[in-house]
Formats: sequence, structure tokens, C-alpha cells
Amino acid sequence: MSSNTLRRRWPLLLPPLLWQLAFFLLPLLFLFVISFWSISNFRLQPDLTLKNWDFMLNRSAFWSAYGHTWAMALGAAIVTTCCSFPAACSLAFTVPERTRKLALMFLVVPFFTSYLVRVYSWQAFLSDNGIVNVLFGLLGLDPLPMLNTNFGSLVGYVTLSLPLVTLVQTMGLAQIDRSLIEAAHNLRAGPVRTLFSVIIPLGKPSLVVGALFAFILAFGDFVAPTYLGGGAPPTLSNLIIDTTKSGQQWPRAAVVAIVMILTLVATSLVAVRLAYGRRK
Amino acid sequence: MKDEEKNLQSPFRRRFLQGGGALAVGSALPLSIMSSTSLAQPAAGQPRTLTMLAWYGHAEPDIVAEFEAKYNCKVKPKYYTGGDNMLALVSQSPAGTYDLILSDAEYVPQLRKAGYLERLEPKNYAFDDYFPEFQRFPGHWDGNDLYAVMVRFGFLGVAYNTDAVPESKARSYKVYWDAAYKGKVGHFDWYLPNMGQLSLYAGNKTPYKLDRDQFVKLKSVMKTLRPQVAGFFDYGGTFSGLKNGQLQLVCGIGDWITGTLARSGAKVSSVVPDEGGLQWTESLSIGKGTRNRDLANAFIQYITSAQGQVKSAKMAAYPALIPNRKGWELLAQSDAAEARRQGMVLQGHNVMDDIRSGKITFRQLPVQQSIEDWNDFWSEYKESA
Repeated sequence: MSSNTLRRRWPLLLPPLLWQLAFFLLPLLFLFVISFWSISNFRLQPDLTLKNWDFMLNRSAFWSAYGHTWAMALGAAIVTTCCSFPAACSLAFTVPERTRKLALMFLVVPFFTSYLVRVYSWQAFLSDNGIVNVLFGLLGLDPLPMLNTNFGSLVGYVTLSLPLVTLVQTMGLAQIDRSLIEAAHNLRAGPVRTLFSVIIPLGKPSLVVGALFAFILAFGDFVAPTYLGGGAPPTLSNLIIDTTKSGQQWPRAAVVAIVMILTLVATSLVAVRLAYGRRK
Repeated sequence: MKDEEKNLQSPFRRRFLQGGGALAVGSALPLSIMSSTSLAQPAAGQPRTLTMLAWYGHAEPDIVAEFEAKYNCKVKPKYYTGGDNMLALVSQSPAGTYDLILSDAEYVPQLRKAGYLERLEPKNYAFDDYFPEFQRFPGHWDGNDLYAVMVRFGFLGVAYNTDAVPESKARSYKVYWDAAYKGKVGHFDWYLPNMGQLSLYAGNKTPYKLDRDQFVKLKSVMKTLRPQVAGFFDYGGTFSGLKNGQLQLVCGIGDWITGTLARSGAKVSSVVPDEGGLQWTESLSIGKGTRNRDLANAFIQYITSAQGQVKSAKMAAYPALIPNRKGWELLAQSDAAEARRQGMVLQGHNVMDDIRSGKITFRQLPVQQSIEDWNDFWSEYKESA
């Protein structure tokens, strides 16, 4: 871009830059700064102490929550990606464009209802006396504990991210050049080989970006682990709530939040490299 | 001024108070010749606003509608969740932000020491109608100076599903360890009531005043309970867990949740176990620097009157016991079933007998350890699977 063009366009760039500065960078900076403050009689006191970092990072409970959160988010990314992919393939390759547009519109519908309400409604299905276990009973199966377990949390995470991931995957897969798929068929590649040698490699960016969205949403989610997972073992979001609820330890919560942000930045960088990196 | 008080007042707050004080003196002089009661009289015209910092439910229409109509005002609530949250909101707001502060009794001394409360005039309130035990509630008075008026209270014991757990078993905290309820025991996610109750189970007569050995013992007792526990729940989670039968026993709550559920037909109840129970207490104070002292005072009078107490006992958000004896009498006339259900009957065994028998201990903040010590252990307990 020439300097002339840049001069002409900077007024257009200014609003998003100001927005980012005001609502992302400055709060982030503030978050970082208060991680060095202290609490005295329930009030934040400006300070320059490392004790919050020292306390949180040397706490085994913090690292076990970190490991649990990471594992659950990874699980959510994998499960959501696997659940979305068949639907996305079907929408991208087998239905007419008009049907696809209609289906994509319906994928947005779940967002019309509050996520909290959707998670609460899962309790009616997953509880010991819930709909799923009643059906198991009718089939002569023993009831399965699902509510207040990691499985319950996972159901919540998938509820949160499935429509979004399906949208991302569908839009990515729909961009694949059909002639390449037809070429694979002409060269006698079967459906499985076409899937693994053509569709997945070409759709990799949307698959990875979709999985990244699922990971990010699950990593920071508080609702599913609280209302479907029973809050135990705690995730990092639960830990933030605990830390602020009693004693108003905002500086310690800031430490947890910064570690979460750094983790998500690192994960995003790896994912982008995986999605768009060239093969050697 | 004590060091503690100094710490709690930032330079900004002090400047604010000094500036505000000058203004207040100027504006208060002409008003001082009028009685507080006359100021709170119903007035035509623009409704006044009375700000209230409280737990959810205290400024809902079932409680305040009559008061608002009578005094042509609007009660504007700021709801909080937990005493620490309340203290933080008060300490981070300029003086005068909240006309009324409803707090759990154990936090009143901290509010008073920090200078966040106006002194109250005892003769303005119906203490003579109160049961003697509640006329000088601990922490509400500093010598003869009054800073808070008790509004309602309740007991914390064993909350249980009446279909799954016989009352005879629920009469001991031991039931939490019963193998039949493994994975069906929940905790209300707040360290203070849970650790207090389990401290009673560990044999501590003063559950919040523990020496080092007693605290170590409490921690080891709690660790043995952890495998039984399904999870840690907030108000909504506890509510739905008990309602859908997922939780059969809950530690850290009492009738304030099970009573609400029972009203809608759920098979749940609460009982004070033989090892003893805890009492939570909610009290109203007037916030320092209020510009609506007359109206705030009128609200305290309204809610502590016999009629107001009946409303408070039956509050839609969560029911409670009331300290006003005349309120008990009125409740017995207007809703005998609720009076019986809550044990507020003047003939026969009632909740005051439980208090007088020494079975009930006031919930309070840890005495010999810091809040952080208790809270950190609570986090550790939650994280240990």
C-alpha cells in the first residue's frame, strides 16, 4: 500500500483502531497492572508486588485447574469438530445452494436463546432421573451418571460451539474447487481416499479455525462446568470466580486471566500455523 | 481514628467526605429542625429514590410495593452475592451511594469500624416487640450506639430430599458420609456456612473460633467427605439440583432454599442436626452520607413492624424467621400454615426453643484464622477430587 493510499484511508482505519485500544488493549494493560496490586480490607491498593504471581503460580491447585481446563477445551474442540464435520460436508457438497443458505440461517437460531437457558435445559436430559436415563431404563439399561461430571461439561461446551463451528466448516468446505473432487473420482479415488487426500487437506483452514473457536469458547466458559459439571474439579474460570468471590482477590484473579490469555494466544498462533502453514 | 479505619478510607474518600460534609452541614441545618418522621411523610409530586444494597429479593414488589406507595418513592436496589462482595461494593463507592445497606450480621462490625454506617437512634425502632435475645444483637451495638437493626434470620442445617433421606438420618451431619448418598451430596459454594457446619460436626462448640489443632482437624474431617460430594453449586444450581433430585443432601443451606422449593411442591426439607446448627442473620443499616436518612429510617421502621415482618417472613425470593414477637402473632393470624411450617408458633415447640437450648450458633467470620486461610482451604477442598 502506497503512503498516499494509506493517508487517504487512515480515517477509515481509525474507528476500529480506537475501539481496539479502548476496549481491548487498555483493559488488558489494566489487568496486567492490577496483577501487581494488593488487597487491603477488601479494597484494591496500588502496589508493585509479585506476591499474587508467586501465590498463584506456586499453587498446585492452580496447575491442576489449568491442566483440567486445557484437557476439557481440547476435548471440546475435537468432539465439536467431529460432530460438525459430517453436517458441514453435507451442507457444502450435497445440498442445493438455496437449502444451504437456509440451513446456515437455522444454525444461527440457537444463539437467539440464552446459553444459560440452554445449559439449564440440559439438566432435564442429563440428571439421574432425566429423559436420557428414563429412556435407558425403558431399554433395560442401568442409569448413567451424566450430570455433574466432565461429560456434562463437554455437552455444554458442544452446545455452545457446535453451531459456530458448523458454520465455519461449511463456509470453508464450500470454497473447495469441485473440479478437484471430481478429478479424484476420475482417478478412481474412493470416497474415503477423496475425503482424506482432497477434502480434509483443502478444508484444513476451516477445520482448524473451527476447532480453535471451540477451544477458545470452552477454555473460558464458566456456565457449563458450573451447571453441568458441578464445579468440580474447578476450571480456571471457576477459579477466577472463587478468587474474587471471597476476599475480593482481584489481583490474583488477574494473574489467572493473564495466564489464560497467554495460553489462548499461544494456542491460536500454533493453530494458525497449522491451518495456513505450507507443506515442505 | 484507629489504623484499621484509616486504611479503609482512601485520600479520595476522605476528601469526598470532607467536601460532602461541608455540603451536608449546610443542607442539613434547615432540615434539622424538622423531625425525621415528618420528612418521610407521603408527598405528592416527583417520587424520591431510596437506594438499597441488599441480597436479591429485598427490594422486590412483594416487599417494597406498599412502602413505595405510602411514601411516593422508588426503592432502587443493587443486589450483591455474598458479604465480601457487599463490603467491596461499599468500600469502592462514594459515601451516600447507598441509603440502606442490608448485610449479614457478621459483617456489621467491619462496616461500622470502617465508618460506612450512620449511627441509629434506638428509640425509633420496635425493639420492645423483639424477643429479648435479639434486642441487643452482637455486633450491632458499639456500647450504647446502635448501627444495625436485625430484620430476619434463619437456620442452616442439613437440607435433604424427603423421599430419599429419612429425617432420622438427616438429624446428624454424619449422613453426608453415608455410602447410600455417595455422589448425591452437594455443597452450597461458600466456605463460611459449610466449614461452620462441618466444624460443629468435628465437635467444636465454637465452630468459628478454632485453635491451630482444631483447624487442622476440621480440614482432615472435610477431606474425608470430599469423595461423597457431587459438586459445588450457587443458588441456582442448588435450587435445580434439589428440585430435580440430582442432589439428595446439601451442606451449607437451610430453609431459605428448601422452604422456597417446598412452597412449589418439591420434596425437600431442612433440619437442625443434633450436633447443632448455624444462624444467619440479616440486618439493615443506614449508609454513611445518605441524603435520604428520613426515608431510610422509615423503611427500617416499616420492615421491622409486625406487618413488615410478616412480609419479610414470606418473602418470595426466600423465606425467613423474624425476630419480632408481634410479627409472629400476626403471621399466626394471617397464615397459620406458614407460621407452623417455619416453627414460629407461640404455643408449643418453636425455633426460639432451639436457640435457647444452645443448639444454634451464630454464623460469624473466622476468629483465629484469616478469611483467606479458610477460603484457601475451601478452594483446596474443591480441587481435591
